[in-house]
Amino acid sequence: MPEIKIDEMRCKGCELCVTACPKQCIGMSDVFSVTGYYPAKFSKPEACTGCALCAQICPDLAIEVYKEEPVKK
Amino acid sequence: MLQVNRRPKSLLDVKMHYCPGCGHGIVHRLVAECLDELEVASRAVGVAPVGCSVFADHYFACDMIQGAHGRGPAIATGIKRSKPECIVFSYQGDGDLASIGMAETVHSAARSENITVVFINNSIYGMTGGQMAPTTLIGQPSTTSPKGRDVKVNGYPIRVCELLSQLDGARYLERTSVHTAAHVIKTKKALKKAFQNQIDGKGFSMVEVLSMCPTNLAIAPKDNAKFIAEKMLPVYPLGVYKDADAPAAGGK
Ligand SMILES: Cc1ncc(C[n+]2csc(CCOP(=O)(O)OP(=O)(O)O)c2C)c(N)n1
Ligand code: SF4
Ligand code: SF4
Ligand code: SF4
Repeated sequence: MPEIKIDEMRCKGCELCVTACPKQCIGMSDVFSVTGYYPAKFSKPEACTGCALCAQICPDLAIEVYKEEPVKK
Repeated sequence: MLQVNRRPKSLLDVKMHYCPGCGHGIVHRLVAECLDELEVASRAVGVAPVGCSVFADHYFACDMIQGAHGRGPAIATGIKRSKPECIVFSYQGDGDLASIGMAETVHSAARSENITVVFINNSIYGMTGGQMAPTTLIGQPSTTSPKGRDVKVNGYPIRVCELLSQLDGARYLERTSVHTAAHVIKTKKALKKAFQNQIDGKGFSMVEVLSMCPTNLAIAPKDNAKFIAEKMLPVYPLGVYKDADAPAAGGK
């Protein structure tokens, strides 16, 4: 399963990743981060395709995207 | 697991000071990716402007000089002419490039200096608190046009790509945007070409990027993205305004 990791120390809660995700995988946390923002959270992991559009738009490089290794035949 | 995206090496691993949703961070990353992929970081020299990206020298992992307001292309000219082996870029906002620095912009393009200019058009002066920029839209409020830009008093917005496209020295001009992920990907392509042109010695290349300044437009970042889509795009159409490589319009 593809997945994303959101670095709460970098996230500034701008919500641009929320609008960028075509699968609505990302929501916003209602808990303040240490840096004083409501950070993004990976709320629907099962729908993630690893397309990395969220990471493309994130101005603060807070998102890392992971995909499974392609199976070698 | 395979990591799909990685922080480019040409961008230092520090937190940037930009406001939430500011487009500068996106464009910094794209420029750094270009420097990485074209393998020019070790001989790259960037010129940071006056404006919110004045601290760009804290972020790029290449040599940087911070210039006086609007003088980026003049400084870049000096660096490139004295050290032609360097890959030189000037990074500028719309107040910097199209207001106080318009002369430097126009003349470096007219001279076809072999430099790359990264131009952030966020329709406002960011750093100083939201004053009207040359790119502010008609009717758009700013702290110096609180009732909206009035053409009778403030004149009309300047379309920099269109303006420079009249100059033979301008070799590559493209306007892109970063208000959606798809546009971010296209902006990267344009920036890469603007750097490749310099490597190939083709002359003045500029990419104008429509960008978000949610703080001074006083709207949420996603609404700033919508503002670009609905309000800025009709005034600032995206596309290639000049490509010296492309066959001339009308063909042979
Ligand atoms: C010679 C001079 N004049 C004026 C200023 C004040 N000033 C600082 S930044 C700026 C404009 C910034 O706007 P822009 O270039 O659009 O960049 P942004 O902050 O939006 O990224 C101005 C007028 C200055 N620092 N130096
Ligand atoms: S990788 Fe694609 S699908 Fe997964 S969260 Fe990011 S934008 Fe959504
Ligand atoms: S785009 Fe980046 S900074 Fe903005 S909310 Fe998403 S993870 Fe946070
Ligand atoms: S004031 Fe505008 S341009 Fe400056 S950092 Fe904030 S959002 Fe970006």
